[in-house]
Amino acid sequence: MNVAQQLRAAAAERILIKDGAYGTQVQNFRLNEADYRGGLDLGRDQKGNNDLLNLTRPDLVRDICQRFSAAGAELLATNSFNANRISQADYGAEKLVREINVAAARIIAEVCDRESQKDGRKRWTVGALGPTNKTLSLSPNVNDPGYREVDFDTISDVYVEQIESLVEGGAEIVLIETVFDTLNAKAAIHAAGRVDRELPIMLSMTITDLSGRNLSGHSIEAFWASVRHARPLSIGLNCSFGASQLRAHVAALSGIADTLLMAYPNAGLPNDLGDYDEGPAETAAQVRQWCEQGIVNIVGGCCGTTPAHIAAIAEATRGFAPREIAQPVRRTLLAGIEPMILAA
Amino acid sequence: MTNTVRLEPVEGLSLTAPEKREGASTSSARTGEEFPQAVAGPAGSAFVNIGERTNVTGSARFKKLVMAGDYAAAVEVARQQVENGAQVIDVNMDEGLLDSEYAMTTFLKLIAAEPDIARVPVMIDSSKWTVIEAGLKCVSGKPIVNSISMKEGEAEFLAHARKVRDYGAAVVVMAFDEVGQADTQARKVEICERAYKLLVAEGFPPEDIIFDPNIFAVATGIEEHRTYALDFIAACREIKARCPHVHISGGLSNLSFSFRGNEPVRRAMHSIFLFHAIPAGLDMAIVNAGQLDVYDTIDPELREACEDVILDRLPKAGGDATERLVTLAEKFLGSDPVREKAEAEWRGWEVGKRLEHALVKGIDAHVVADTEEARQTAERPIHVIEGPLMDGMNVVGDLFGSGKMFLPQVVKSARVMKKAVAHLIPFIEAEKERTGATQGKGRIVMATVKGDVHDIGKNIVGVVLQCNGFEVIDLGVMVPWADILKAANENNADMIGLSGLITPSLDEMVTVADEMQRAGMTLPLLIGGATTSKVHTAIRIDPAYDGPVLHVLDASRAVGVASSLVSETQAEPLIAKTAEEYEATRLTRAGRTHSELAALDEARDNAQPYDPAGKPPPPRRPGLHQFGEWPLRDLRASIDWTPFFRAWELAGNYPAILTDPVVGESATSLFNDANAMLDRMIAEHWVTPRGTVGLWRCRREGDDVLVLASNAETRLPFLRQQVKKREGRPNMCLADFISPDEEDWLGGFAVGIHGLEPHLARFKAENDDYSDILLKALADRLAEAFAETLHAHVRNSVWGYAEEHLTNQQLIRETYTGIRPAPGYPACPDHSLKPILFDMLGGEPAGVTLTESMAMLPTSAVSGFYFAHRDSQYFGVARIGRDQLEDYAARRGMSLQEAERWLRPNLD
Repeated sequence: MNVAQQLRAAAAERILIKDGAYGTQVQNFRLNEADYRGGLDLGRDQKGNNDLLNLTRPDLVRDICQRFSAAGAELLATNSFNANRISQADYGAEKLVREINVAAARIIAEVCDRESQKDGRKRWTVGALGPTNKTLSLSPNVNDPGYREVDFDTISDVYVEQIESLVEGGAEIVLIETVFDTLNAKAAIHAAGRVDRELPIMLSMTITDLSGRNLSGHSIEAFWASVRHARPLSIGLNCSFGASQLRAHVAALSGIADTLLMAYPNAGLPNDLGDYDEGPAETAAQVRQWCEQGIVNIVGGCCGTTPAHIAAIAEATRGFAPREIAQPVRRTLLAGIEPMILAA
Repeated sequence: MTNTVRLEPVEGLSLTAPEKREGASTSSARTGEEFPQAVAGPAGSAFVNIGERTNVTGSARFKKLVMAGDYAAAVEVARQQVENGAQVIDVNMDEGLLDSEYAMTTFLKLIAAEPDIARVPVMIDSSKWTVIEAGLKCVSGKPIVNSISMKEGEAEFLAHARKVRDYGAAVVVMAFDEVGQADTQARKVEICERAYKLLVAEGFPPEDIIFDPNIFAVATGIEEHRTYALDFIAACREIKARCPHVHISGGLSNLSFSFRGNEPVRRAMHSIFLFHAIPAGLDMAIVNAGQLDVYDTIDPELREACEDVILDRLPKAGGDATERLVTLAEKFLGSDPVREKAEAEWRGWEVGKRLEHALVKGIDAHVVADTEEARQTAERPIHVIEGPLMDGMNVVGDLFGSGKMFLPQVVKSARVMKKAVAHLIPFIEAEKERTGATQGKGRIVMATVKGDVHDIGKNIVGVVLQCNGFEVIDLGVMVPWADILKAANENNADMIGLSGLITPSLDEMVTVADEMQRAGMTLPLLIGGATTSKVHTAIRIDPAYDGPVLHVLDASRAVGVASSLVSETQAEPLIAKTAEEYEATRLTRAGRTHSELAALDEARDNAQPYDPAGKPPPPRRPGLHQFGEWPLRDLRASIDWTPFFRAWELAGNYPAILTDPVVGESATSLFNDANAMLDRMIAEHWVTPRGTVGLWRCRREGDDVLVLASNAETRLPFLRQQVKKREGRPNMCLADFISPDEEDWLGGFAVGIHGLEPHLARFKAENDDYSDILLKALADRLAEAFAETLHAHVRNSVWGYAEEHLTNQQLIRETYTGIRPAPGYPACPDHSLKPILFDMLGGEPAGVTLTESMAMLPTSAVSGFYFAHRDSQYFGVARIGRDQLEDYAARRGMSLQEAERWLRPNLD
């Protein structure tokens, strides 16, 4: 069985658990510039460059991963959300992108191997791709709506570099997450195809407004229509406004997506200080409703979630059958920012 | 080796004039006009209506906006289309003079920022894969690609299909294979099924395949075309049965091409076709939803006749289905009882109102009698002009000024006015002998400058000015500067108006301005005509003359400018404001940085590589061919009407323009008059189309092509683009379409429409400017139609490198292989190549001669070269450097100064 088949087989048995967020955990260590920078020769301040820790503090990254694993997570994502050439440019660390990603994947893959050997349960090394901080669908200049800071080919090339190095380090699956711009996601899908047409892809959109759309304007149905050609291993939602706001959109997607559904919410909404107040029990209670409704296959946590949240979420799934994958009638899906569905 | 070919006119083909749209019952549930999502059709199926207006090949207005770079207005076209119920918008930027990739991506990015538009899926429409791919990289949703086919074989087809999938799009597959376009049911099904199997085996989702099995014209009178609609409908059924989950689409307007101009019949045919095709499996169509009738409301007789044609049935009444529909279609015209009643009513009004009505409506039938009636009751004959006639013209002027009346109507009104005035003049003259002269509003001397023969625009301006009380002294065409100055002095003119269409006329206008300066004149100089511009006027004409110089954009602005110039209070402000504007323009231009030019060597290194695989075969019949009298009826069927309306300053694309809410009525009326004149032109043999074609051996030497015509080798130097290109885009030159290594072939042609003069003289005698302009505009269209038809004949027969089954729409869209660039136009901007071409064609080809500015006589003429290489395409040379100018002058064997003169527009 290849990786995708293994994961599908496991998901047919139970609801699978994904890990939580790295950023929140790293914050707890209260690292200073020297911790971030390590011995690297870089021109700018590196404080806040969490991706660089894969090189300068691999022990911390390993520690976080192990604690998520211990909490019950079996899909373990790399700490590489901003490990792409565009985002690293803000830190003047573009030249390290390859190294960061190889290291990020290697750390997680080692943890997965060791943990799997301990209890005989498969862990999956998931290479995480953030959206970059540039958007293909929007102009940053209100007076020039046709202007774009980047183009498709650039984004595709940037992702090819990241995916290649993640795979080299041992990532088995690519997770295109926090998709705020559907066209960026399409460029990432395009890039994954350029690296290896068989590489399993997981896709996860984020909702940026209360009408249920991402920044490029797509509803979850339109998003699904726009990315279905990737034949993703899973489709879903993450981040956004917390689990309670996500439920309706997860349910909508559950009814139309003929693949696994993964959802990993924030620990509620950030407070005035940017911290997340929702405790493990509260988040888990929301996720439990999803399980009751039978609309998820994989759950985990995003911003503000801790190993304790993941443990509570894992506990909440116990006893619930995984979502049955939708078998929608074959239809033609088209999309602007709204979906258009034709009988086929 | 000379021979004459005569094409047989198509039997049974009849073109009839349209009638006004009856009522407004055009929307139907079937069109889904008011529904944002797919809606139930008559058989419970869903039908998707794809908007056609954001397509440069389908909408003249959209094309104009995009060509002018007015993307803000182009985006509004998309918005209106979605507002009007388009469920998908087709975006097409295939235009030779456009950087189509740039236009496509720019437009797609802009509409992405408009949620009202971006909500619907986009159809990325191009015949060029590179444009499609560039578009796919800008669309965030899931679009449709239109289209791919097996025309170039399976490998390319599948490569494109894979990419379509990788970018996440559905695809339109044309029923087109290596052999050609599918016409019969069997071929349509065979090609679609083959494509389906290939795609599905590749893993392409079948629900993302949309077949376009080609809707062709029926009722053409050609036996094989009888079953085209049935073939399509039956093929739909079979394709749907054999290829599960696919969709079927089609371009509807082709079906009714035989009835172009007869909108009621076309609407009926389209509706009836959909009525039968949708249940058979047609899911979507590129269609103007406003142009469909509700099946049940179609006149039963017309419905049955259309149905007989579409379903290829024997009419119950006997006879032939096509003939019956043709007869019925004619009978269908002018059957509007409401209008007939209204027409009778106004004759009972009092004479002043009758004259006003006649002027506003442009009816000249009773004008002489009515004018005479008014004169008998008036104190003085001039009072008829100053009273009811000027009142009527004021109404016309107000309506025109507020955009409620359009140029063709105004010119018709002017014709009525002129007839009335002509009737009154003897009476006024008689009175004048007793009392002395009268003074008009102002006096303008107008002329088309030396070397140029085009005067449609100038005549229109003249008429509009006359309507507004100006005295116009029209010196005609090819007028030397000395005559213009002399006429202005002798007549004590208030202003001079210069017109010209071809680029060398721009220099001649500078000459006139120079001479006016030398003569110490001070009166205003007005500049107008297609190639003139505010920028050229500001930079080159205005500095030559100290008096006021004003560029007048179009006829509708002429009155305002001329009136201000003769006004005591408005003249100075207008002149000062214009002078300021021109100064600002000059400053901006001076500070403008040009796009960077590549050195000539560099540009040559970046030439489009020659692909030997695309080389055309030798001509079947090389040498010179004369085409004596091409049947006018053939040419009429190939007329591209859109530019015709443009000549009358009516913006919009034919046939949609006929039902346009703003200009539709005016356009329809003009179109009726044009067709009535065409009927007479054909029946009474008013004009004679003549053509000459030459196909010669040639070889290439750098950017020159050496042509072996009449046993002598003639050098044709071509110009190369020098503007620096983006990576992967070549610096084009026409010579690149000729083999660099071996003998190749090149063609040339000229066509002309002869015989207008006696008719123009007659119109002049009748004071009928409207018919004068109409005839010239129609002759221009016939010349273009002839050039297009002859090109097709050359491709398919004389040269014989192609085997096409193209509809007129496809001809207009230039979906064929090969180009016919003309000297003086963007790909080949040197007008002075014309005499060389004409010599190669044996001298005075098609009876066409040249003026010193290289304008062709007769005016309605087209000439150019034929390139047949598969990669040949239109482009614009644009700006060139001094290095190429010098190189070109040497190759051309002319002085630098002379080369500079001919290439001035490319040097600025």
